[in-house]
Amino acid sequence: MSKLSHEPMLEMFIFESVQLLEQLEQIIIASEKTKAYVSADINEIFRIMHTIKGSSAMMMYDNISTLAHSMEDLFYFIREKTPSAVDFSELTDLILKGADFIKTELAEIEEGCYSNSDCGLIIDETREFLADLKKKNPSLKYSSELVEETIPFEKQKYYISSGSICDNSSPKVFKAVVHFEDDCKMENVRAYNIIHKIKDMVNDLQYFPSDIIEDEATDEITDEIIRKDGFIIIFRTDYSMDIVQEILMQTVFLKNLTLEELEDTDENIQIEEQQKITLENTAPSVMKAASAEHDPETQSRSLNQSVISVNILKLDKLMDLVGEMVIAEAMVIQNPDLQGMKLSNFQKAARQLHKITGELQDTVMSIRMVPLAATFHKMHRIVRDMSKKLGKEIHLELMGEETEVDKNIIEHISDPLMHLIRNSIDHGIEPPEARKARGKAQAGTISLEARNSGSDVLIIVKDDGKGLNKEKILSRAKDNNLLTIPEDEMNNNEIFKLILLPGFSTSDSISEYSGRGVGMDVVTKNIEQVGGSVFIDSTEGNGTTITLKIPLTLAIIDGMNVRVGSFCYTIPTISIWESFRAKESNIITDPDGNEMIMVRGQCYRIFRLHKHFDVKSGITEFTKGIFIMAEVEGKALCIFADELIGQQQVVVKALPGYIKNMKKTRGLAGCTILGDGSISLILDISGLASL
Amino acid sequence: MAETAVQEFLEQEEDTQKGRFLTFALSSESYGIEIRYVTEIIGIQTVTEVPELPEYIRGIINLRGKIIPVMDVRLRFKKPFRDYNDRTCVIVIDIREVSIGLIVDSVSEVLSIPEAEIVAPPDVSKGGNRYIKGIGKVGSEVKLLLDCDKLLNDEETENLLKI
Repeated sequence: MSKLSHEPMLEMFIFESVQLLEQLEQIIIASEKTKAYVSADINEIFRIMHTIKGSSAMMMYDNISTLAHSMEDLFYFIREKTPSAVDFSELTDLILKGADFIKTELAEIEEGCYSNSDCGLIIDETREFLADLKKKNPSLKYSSELVEETIPFEKQKYYISSGSICDNSSPKVFKAVVHFEDDCKMENVRAYNIIHKIKDMVNDLQYFPSDIIEDEATDEITDEIIRKDGFIIIFRTDYSMDIVQEILMQTVFLKNLTLEELEDTDENIQIEEQQKITLENTAPSVMKAASAEHDPETQSRSLNQSVISVNILKLDKLMDLVGEMVIAEAMVIQNPDLQGMKLSNFQKAARQLHKITGELQDTVMSIRMVPLAATFHKMHRIVRDMSKKLGKEIHLELMGEETEVDKNIIEHISDPLMHLIRNSIDHGIEPPEARKARGKAQAGTISLEARNSGSDVLIIVKDDGKGLNKEKILSRAKDNNLLTIPEDEMNNNEIFKLILLPGFSTSDSISEYSGRGVGMDVVTKNIEQVGGSVFIDSTEGNGTTITLKIPLTLAIIDGMNVRVGSFCYTIPTISIWESFRAKESNIITDPDGNEMIMVRGQCYRIFRLHKHFDVKSGITEFTKGIFIMAEVEGKALCIFADELIGQQQVVVKALPGYIKNMKKTRGLAGCTILGDGSISLILDISGLASL
Repeated sequence: MAETAVQEFLEQEEDTQKGRFLTFALSSESYGIEIRYVTEIIGIQTVTEVPELPEYIRGIINLRGKIIPVMDVRLRFKKPFRDYNDRTCVIVIDIREVSIGLIVDSVSEVLSIPEAEIVAPPDVSKGGNRYIKGIGKVGSEVKLLLDCDKLLNDEETENLLKI
């Protein structure tokens, strides 16, 4: 087996397993809340465990397989016997522990440092729990009956004629008895591996015990049989004995192998089918009444069938091509060869092309958009774990989870959200007694909302805890010399922004979850990376609201081209308020030399493009050029350029990484290629305003 | 087994590029750069300036839809600036996924310089030597062989010092 052929399978395996585990978590936590395990849920959990067991065994990750096997046993019991006295909280903890273990193992496999960690502890706990369950539900005579029925299995009837030597050309019948090493566990899966390996090479394959993978209930019994008598395989094949022996010897954990050739008659290949174990349900099944809400949920889960998973590289390529197409379309339509010609038919066709290109663009952009639901649901687990550990009652409300954002952004949101929620739970929400004393509901509420607003997506984390204490923040900032503006001049917004500084924390002790001052820094960095911003608002005693504003993919924007000297710059149309020619009388120069302009009673800073970009432009007088008033987030300024060229949809291309790494050029959001092939720099208004 | 065969083949491929240098001229000096970094050579075209960058970074150009930064090697080596004419070329190099164009006076030829003919640069600790990986002897001439990594990455340490 070459290692090379494993790689694509490995990716599939990891991807599938991670998805399955996430599904498992969701089901478990949802079921725990309703305190009932619907049969559909149990079946689903069972299926997930079974799939993970099978695929990890096939990939030779035995500890994951063993763990999945024991968890499967547990759920088999619950499914068949539907015991009434189940400690759901403990069960959920156990399953989540197992799922976490598998997750860490998968992460290790992905990194390439798989260490085959010991899962014995968790398996023991699972077995204990199962034994406990059986004890607590004594009316179900599961275990004892099965033991009785194993004994008749010893009597197997099959015919073997005395060994006769056959020649190599005709197909031969072999009987192989495989004994595995003691304590290697999961003999049935190993047996299945052997069968799987030789299946393609042989005909008339029969093996005993024959129910090695099919019937989960009998796994332990089949293990026992294989351990005692060995795994018996009878098959017909063209290969010689030596080859067959070699292949069978490749089995792992093989203690010994006996290989015999049998005479090729039909009588040989008759093994009496074993009796299937019949389970008696002595106790009537008591299934807790499932709430109606579960059914639509299960239906929505099965809707996943109509989804196809696509390699992200293909999507990226598609997006790039669409971007190039927009540029090429502009190059065709604005071709200098066509200047000044009257082409009405051409214009009509060009408009049609433009429409279709626009639609294609929109559709391709929407392909990469993924709903936030998955990320939000992950938060449930965090809330559950933390509220348990800290003894606080927390209720998590999710709103607007169908809001879609670009795939890249989703990855950068999940960490910040986790930190914000942890902070809310750890610092914000008070313990139940304190809440009662304040007259608040005993369970704290954290609401997580997402909605579209203009060209941004807003994600709001709100809690009704004790809010931010301004004095504490200010005093801690003063102690650490972090204040850049004198204390009295800071408004609420700025005071709250102090908590975003790295290393800043007002808590006196470091707990498992927070206190180091790192969380908010992670939030800021991640959000800045996608070009977003963080806003904090809080009222002491009532709660805190943190808003993350994230721009939708700016790949293609509407821009206004302006000319300065012989260079062209683009200003995003969305930030332009108006453009005008100024009168000399409106322009003021203050003592520092800063130029300002009065427009309708308001004073705005003037920004001379030719000065900033060092362009030798002919136009320096204000009355000869044009002013463009632009505003972003409350910061407004007037940009002075030579002339307006026109409005155009441009594809934003990031500045080469090399340049970005050199110095953070503020004021530039990227660049774009114009219709004639020249480059135009895209201005970032908020960056310019802060210069 | 197949793995090692493939690896050997790849190594052989690289070998056809090893020891080959693209030589170009800057005023009176001749420099060489390893050919495996060179993607293409194009004539000089309009460079769009980007503000607030070091002087030797002239700006960015549009190369068939790809935006790449260009560096003037004369200014990098602190020589006097010379206007661009029709012999001026841009050598596009690609190091570890970073593409950058080098503006040079003129491009000469591709030479094979065997290892034996390359000596280590003299240990003069002034500025320019950080970029020289070795000195190659070709006939009666001497070519200064550039280290592309240092050319690109030294910027960062400089910037850090500035801050």
